[in-house]
Amino acid sequence: MSAKNTVGSYVGQAIERQEDAALLGGQALFSDDLPIAAGTLHAAILRSPHAHAEIVSIDTIAAKALPSVAAVLIGSDIQQYSDPFITVLKRPIDEWSLAVDRVRFVGEAVAVVIAEDRYKAEDALDLINVIYKPLPAVINPKEAAKENAPILYPEAGSNVLSERHFKYGDPDGAFAKSKHKVSIEIDYPRNSQTPLEGYVVVASYNKFDDAYEVNANFQGPYTVHPVMSRALRVPGSRFRMQTPAHSGGGFGVKQAIFPYVVLMCLAARHVGRPVKWVEDRLEHLTAATAAPNRIIQAEAAVQEDGRVTAFRFVQLDDYGAHLRPPMPGPLYRQHGLMTGAYDVPNLAITNRLVLTNKTPSGMVRGFGGPQIYFAIERLMHRIAIELGMDPLDVIRRNLVASDSFPYRAAGGALLDSGDYQKAIDLGVNDGGLDELKRRREKARAEGKYYGIGYAAIVEPGQSNIGYLSTIVPFKERQKAGHKGGSVSHATIHVDPMGVVSVTADCIPQGQGQATVLSQIVADQLGLKPEDIKVSLEHDTQKDPWSLATGNYSSRFSSATAVAAHLAAKKVREKLIAVAGQALNVTTDDIELTGGKIVDSKNPENFLKFHRVAGLTHWEPGKLPTGMAAGLSETASWAPPELDPPTEGDQINTSLTYGFLFDYCGVEIDPHTAEIRIDKYVTTHDSGKLLNPLIANGQIYGAFAWGVGCALLEEFAYGEDGSFLTGTFADYLCPTSVEIPEPQILHMETPTPFTPLGAKGIGEGNCMSTPVCIANAVCDAIGAENVNLPIYPAKLLPFIDREETAPPQDIALSQRQQTPDGGRAIVGEGNIFAPTDPETVWQTLLDPRHLAAIIPGCQNLEVVGENAYRADVNIAVGPIGGMFRAEISLSDLDPPKSVTLSGSLAGPLGSSAGSGKVRLTQEENGTRIDYTYSVEVSGKVAAIGGRMLDGASQVLINQFFKRLIVRLGGEPIEKPTLWARFLRLLGFNR
Amino acid sequence: MKPVPFDYVQAQSTEEALACLKDSDRNVRVLAGGQSLVAMLNLRLVRPNLLVDISQIESLSTIRQSKDILEIGAAVTQAELKQWPGLAESVPQLSMALPFVGHFQTRNKGTVCGSLAHADPSSELPLCLAALNGSVVLQSARRSRVLNAAEFQTGMLSTACQPDEMIVAARYPISREGDGFAFREVARRHGDFAIVALAAFVTESKIRLGIGGLASRPSVREWDILSEQELDEALNAFAWQLKGSDDIHATARYRRELVRRLGRQVIEEAKSARTKE
Amino acid sequence: MRELKSDRQHKITFTLDGRQVSGDAEPHLLLSDFLREKLGVTSVHVGCEHGVCGTCTVHIDGKAVRACLTFAVQVGNRRVDTVESLSNNEGELNDLQSAFRKHHALQCGFCTPGILMSVEHYLRHNSDPTESDVRDMLSGHLCRCTGYVGMVRAIMETAAKRKSGI
Ligand code: FES
Ligand code: FES
Repeated sequence: MSAKNTVGSYVGQAIERQEDAALLGGQALFSDDLPIAAGTLHAAILRSPHAHAEIVSIDTIAAKALPSVAAVLIGSDIQQYSDPFITVLKRPIDEWSLAVDRVRFVGEAVAVVIAEDRYKAEDALDLINVIYKPLPAVINPKEAAKENAPILYPEAGSNVLSERHFKYGDPDGAFAKSKHKVSIEIDYPRNSQTPLEGYVVVASYNKFDDAYEVNANFQGPYTVHPVMSRALRVPGSRFRMQTPAHSGGGFGVKQAIFPYVVLMCLAARHVGRPVKWVEDRLEHLTAATAAPNRIIQAEAAVQEDGRVTAFRFVQLDDYGAHLRPPMPGPLYRQHGLMTGAYDVPNLAITNRLVLTNKTPSGMVRGFGGPQIYFAIERLMHRIAIELGMDPLDVIRRNLVASDSFPYRAAGGALLDSGDYQKAIDLGVNDGGLDELKRRREKARAEGKYYGIGYAAIVEPGQSNIGYLSTIVPFKERQKAGHKGGSVSHATIHVDPMGVVSVTADCIPQGQGQATVLSQIVADQLGLKPEDIKVSLEHDTQKDPWSLATGNYSSRFSSATAVAAHLAAKKVREKLIAVAGQALNVTTDDIELTGGKIVDSKNPENFLKFHRVAGLTHWEPGKLPTGMAAGLSETASWAPPELDPPTEGDQINTSLTYGFLFDYCGVEIDPHTAEIRIDKYVTTHDSGKLLNPLIANGQIYGAFAWGVGCALLEEFAYGEDGSFLTGTFADYLCPTSVEIPEPQILHMETPTPFTPLGAKGIGEGNCMSTPVCIANAVCDAIGAENVNLPIYPAKLLPFIDREETAPPQDIALSQRQQTPDGGRAIVGEGNIFAPTDPETVWQTLLDPRHLAAIIPGCQNLEVVGENAYRADVNIAVGPIGGMFRAEISLSDLDPPKSVTLSGSLAGPLGSSAGSGKVRLTQEENGTRIDYTYSVEVSGKVAAIGGRMLDGASQVLINQFFKRLIVRLGGEPIEKPTLWARFLRLLGFNR
Repeated sequence: MKPVPFDYVQAQSTEEALACLKDSDRNVRVLAGGQSLVAMLNLRLVRPNLLVDISQIESLSTIRQSKDILEIGAAVTQAELKQWPGLAESVPQLSMALPFVGHFQTRNKGTVCGSLAHADPSSELPLCLAALNGSVVLQSARRSRVLNAAEFQTGMLSTACQPDEMIVAARYPISREGDGFAFREVARRHGDFAIVALAAFVTESKIRLGIGGLASRPSVREWDILSEQELDEALNAFAWQLKGSDDIHATARYRRELVRRLGRQVIEEAKSARTKE
Repeated sequence: MRELKSDRQHKITFTLDGRQVSGDAEPHLLLSDFLREKLGVTSVHVGCEHGVCGTCTVHIDGKAVRACLTFAVQVGNRRVDTVESLSNNEGELNDLQSAFRKHHALQCGFCTPGILMSVEHYLRHNSDPTESDVRDMLSGHLCRCTGYVGMVRAIMETAAKRKSGI
């Protein structure tokens, strides 16, 4: 680098990252790699297999008896030392760090084992016996909002915890006057960016001080710090939170670690030793967190020319089983910005927040943006279709005008700067939209399905920490005190040898923030970035922090980066003052450059940087009057634009607002309906780019997750509440083959609200890409709407409306098997017994026989009339385990038919089902027909969803085959109609 | 996510391994590449008392070609088979299917026979075994037997392999002059288990089509050469017979549709592969 | 035939990153845990423990495999190499590592050690891969941060340079 280094020369450069060498060489230490105190114990968590159940009893005796186990804690134990988490809404919805009396989602923590190591802790989990009384579960948010729905918190009276209506301008008038009303309903799924590193907590308790110490890969926001300390019943000063320098991805998700932080603190207190817990992948996918799924009815009032005069949104946001702070953030983060990139003066919003029996929602990259932009941009696309216009024309007609910045949006967002039309011109021209349109024409002419989709969105950066208070009416806000603003901190320390170190409050998760801070500070101090040592491990006991501390809402570039810039300026000013005195020149003439502090009028007159820094330490007495000795400066930064919500509920939800314009071409395979992204162009105006290499990295990463959300990723649940995506083979993260390389275009309109001019950049594509792809898919196949994730099976009906009918003989033999929408496994079969129906009947009703027929049955006990309990060892192929079984026979119609019902519970999960058995006398014996329906929940459902049908079939077949053997026969299945038909034709199976 | 405790033997010979399997009081599992088994162990879905590691047995690490069959020992990895010179000529269908089996990294350790033993209804190697009517050699301390695919594959994750037996080799028939093959697979994500996998094998006088992913084990139909319309009807019947089921990745209808649409394509491809030779 | 009992520690001696080392393990101890917990090789990361994410990838006898699907007792007398073998003692990164840095192929870096080990094995046998070959090989890994763009560039560049002997 040039020695003549002027201020501002590193910021804006694509500098390679400071962080990388240690990461590439394997020396960087992540949470799980940090040294721990000798004697640290390890925790494992027992989790609910049920979506909704009462906890009848928990037997931990056998688990506690293992020599390696130090303790087993259950809900009632932790209640002694802790309080429920405070929630944003004051409602009777208490959640503790372990379930108390009731579980409300699959994966909810029920007990924690503390043992010598994780292997032994998991051995102990297998020995804990929990009896549950299952309750009806509710998964669908619309169902949950109904009056007769199963209620998660009966004390709250309803699953709908909050409902607010907002009006800005005159939406009703605008709709009444409008020529067209265009509407769409979207159902945005649950997903999460699932960092590759799971949660890690190491906690200890100092009984003499009644103080907790934690090292965890928590990412903030530190609004949650008081939530944790209050749950632990200690002041913040006695709850020390440390975070490591490296974290294996965050994406918001590592906020939701906090219940486990509290749990491990309590565990450490209980055993009197430090306790470490490392979340595994099954735990993470099942129970960590997810972005809330949301149903939005979106409507636009539109004039003849495509101009939108009003939007109306009715939102139902599903937070899962508990409302964990800072939820329901996603419902309000965009509140000031519900009109997106458009100049729409009239706006109506209804926000409803509902609980369901799913994993509690939390922060996930995009944080409300993906959901609302899916509605807005799909709506713009629909407007174009309904008015017969080009979608891009509809977008352009409605954009906020270039000369209107700063622009106050209807909901209160103060859009800082931009030129949206120009950004679109850039995207259209440099991205080659015309060529893409030609490609579409050509493909369509060849009979292919090809579509183009657009999205134009505004990307918020740095949240106003008061926005969530908009959820309560103005009067209540007045009572509680108005909330707004956002504070960030950075500290620069220069030691006597002139070595510069920086600490700050950004809690990085891989974004390269150390590198960017080194660029910013180097520029101010006339040094090189590699001269600046940035340490971002954070310690609430030593580092400045505020409620806003953390890594979220794209706050870094307009928050912490600015604080570091301001701190560096303070150091610079001090150095100039000291040097001015030493060099005997007026401070105005002094420059910091190339490691020197120079009299710009006479470059021969200079001091080395470290000499001047040294003076502040070595000769404090000689410093200019009033100047503090040493060279350590902390700056805090709180942008004044972030006001609390107004009386009219207007709220400037974020500080900076970038602009994105995306478009893409997709092709759908006419045979398989597979989706291929042919080309993707994303144009960004994120203000000043602090480091273009890193900025593009953020875009590539957000885009990749956007593609994942569009095509692959979803936390899936059965209607019964069972969770179905517990492994990375079920929850599908895109690989290098699914992610094309997008073309990135930049323009830079600095924000006037910060001295650096940079805006957020890391979340935009999470918001724009899913809807852009959905628009393209709809364009390709002419669908009115399509829900995410878009996979081929969903598109098939658009390509081919009717399925080829089965040949007649097969149609006759196959009845409709799958009940609509249900995830229950259903099946049927028949088998032949060589005895008369009466004997079969007697065998089925005799417990001794039954014990021999039930696969793997041990100690069958009679618990009532035709009701039994047994331990069964069930195996399908190599997979197996012990279950507690309850079996009963009902609807007895001897010797014709009977209903067999039962349930299973064990470490692999639980299941309930029933079957109807019919006996028909035949020539040499009895024909046994059976139909069954089974529901499975817990671990096996979460990881083996794909195989449950087949596995249930195997088990049921085993049962009937053993019955036949018991009756002295050979287990030969009667060939079904089609099998007989096949044999006739000589087919081999 | 840690396995239960178990004892472990690294067998040095097939005899040693079989001796371990004789112990009927214990739940003994054979470990070869472990790419499915260890994942299931980690999830505690499988809880053995004893694990017998056969991956280091020299005599099981060979691929042998005779006039009619390619015999693949139980310790041969998928990568070794994929790189085996001449595979594309001797068993073309395997060389077409292997790139779809897991990933580069899992093929380095995963074995061919392990995949057959695991009997996942969507996986490629069992499908090829069924489509080509290959066989497996099962051995126990007391006997050795050869089962063809139809006898061996009994259902979801289930095979005819008895507790005291293990697969010592898989046998895939060598392609003959005038045979044509094709393989196709649709998965939601690259390298995943198939939603539907299709393996076609066409000779001068017959068509064989194997389908994975619909039923609880690979399913095969064999037809004499059919007219276009007959083929469509046969494929439609096949699709409906297999039914398929709905899950989070696809619908039953989608699966059937792939049988109809891609079934036709792979058969055409296999036919044209024939004529090319 | 030696049966290793479940409740005992067994001494495993093997070559780790070129040095002969040994450590104790029960039979069910995963190689990933053994390397991390017993031998302090914390560069071996764990992302799923069921063989999908590739984070734990190391070389056993020169081949890239999942450490989470291997037991410690299986590596006795064998050679295990981790990412720590790629850079030298002076802290110099190798060409592939440097290319990763140059092309911003990592963000959090959690997936990176495993990916580097896969690529090293792959390039040894595929000196002239196409981009789609590289993407196919990379699909055995998950990265949640980068979208794979920088990685593909870095690998292509390294392959080209190695091929031409630079
Ligand atoms: S941790 Fe081994 S593959 Fe994911
Ligand atoms: S860099 Fe974070 S997962 Fe790859």
